[in-house]
Amino acid sequence: MDLSMKHEYLPEDLQVVSLGFWPTPFVARVKIALAEKGVQSEYKEEEDLKNKSSLLLQMNPIHKKVPVLIHNGKPLSESLIVVQYIDEVWQDGPPLLPSDPYLRSQAMFWADLKRYIYPVGWKVWTTKAEEQDAAKKEFLENTGLLEELKDKPFFGGENLGFVDVTLIPIYSWLPVYEKFANFSLVVERPKFIEWAKKCMEKESVSKSSRPAKAQ
Amino acid sequence: MSQVTVLGAWPSPYVYRVIWALKLKGVDYEYVEEDVLHNKSDRLLKYNPVHKKVPVLVHAGKPIAESAVILEYIEETWPQNPLLPKDPHQRALARFWIKFGEDKSAALFGFFMTEGEQQEKATKEGQEQLRILEEQGLGEKMFFGGDEIGMADLEFGWLAWWLDVMSEIAGVKVIDAESFPRLHAWIQRFKDISAIKEPLPDRSAMLTYFKGRRATFLALAKS
Repeated sequence: MDLSMKHEYLPEDLQVVSLGFWPTPFVARVKIALAEKGVQSEYKEEEDLKNKSSLLLQMNPIHKKVPVLIHNGKPLSESLIVVQYIDEVWQDGPPLLPSDPYLRSQAMFWADLKRYIYPVGWKVWTTKAEEQDAAKKEFLENTGLLEELKDKPFFGGENLGFVDVTLIPIYSWLPVYEKFANFSLVVERPKFIEWAKKCMEKESVSKSSRPAKAQ
Repeated sequence: MSQVTVLGAWPSPYVYRVIWALKLKGVDYEYVEEDVLHNKSDRLLKYNPVHKKVPVLVHAGKPIAESAVILEYIEETWPQNPLLPKDPHQRALARFWIKFGEDKSAALFGFFMTEGEQQEKATKEGQEQLRILEEQGLGEKMFFGGDEIGMADLEFGWLAWWLDVMSEIAGVKVIDAESFPRLHAWIQRFKDISAIKEPLPDRSAMLTYFKGRRATFLALAKS
């Protein structure tokens, strides 16, 4: 079954294209993964998510969201799924997921930040009073759990792994959380910040990140 | 003593995904019932401290939580009767639909948690998602997995047994043969597989249990 698609903005010879929008951390995950694997790709920015391009709408008709990875004309969306795909297809570079099934399962569990980090982070900077205090407490608990998980420089060991790639994009949002909820992560979670800074030293990460702007 | 244990709750469709995967692969396991609503065991809290939920799979003493993560673990550890295709793009598509099922669960279950006008609206929203599922997820295929059952079929297994019970209790028809012919046909095929059919919970027990759940949801909505 040929699932490859054609579009006027998609040159036939261009193997890998990713569609994104710079403030979203989910897009950064895909960019970091591609960079870690040394994959030649082109990045197309969606200028305005209120006015989505025809390419995006054709490539992700169900959710109409970024990131989208287009490989040989075949589109894929959902950042964790895309990162896992990149890991499976480009086997030359270091693997992002461990080969041991149990360690893989742990990496996949902790990488699902939607379940325990992102919604809490959102509440930290958008709510007030008791709700914000509760969110701040939960955020610190969860980052504390992450600190305990890691005994090597990265969650992936000596190199960036699945959890590092999916988690590090939150770094650009940390100053926003700190400002709005009036706390300091360097003080409260020094090991977490140390890990984040080590990730940011990697070229694949620093090139894919930009600071978030709280509107 | 079995090396594989499943911590579960008999009414939960999430738990059956794990049971079905193990049965389809012929893996022996011990099942332990957890009283998740009233009295979670120390064991559950130890094995799933972050979410404190079922299902949890324990293999040689090591716990794994979250049904989607457990299914991937089962697939890698017991590769017989594969539940994911070999091609990476096809695998990513299977995972996409599994995630779709997870992300849309509020919309899909909305009809059961509401009444009156709200329920009408919620039912329509759920049906919109089911339309996408039928046309783009399932399409012309026999199963979500293609010619054979796969991981995405297990994700939507609740449609084959739980939906009917919930629809009866909530007094709405969400799917029928006319409005969703392909999903309806898939449901019959899915339920016919012995590994799927055999562990299904007793329907009258489900009616009693879910009637209670609906009453709780509606009371919470009013408070």
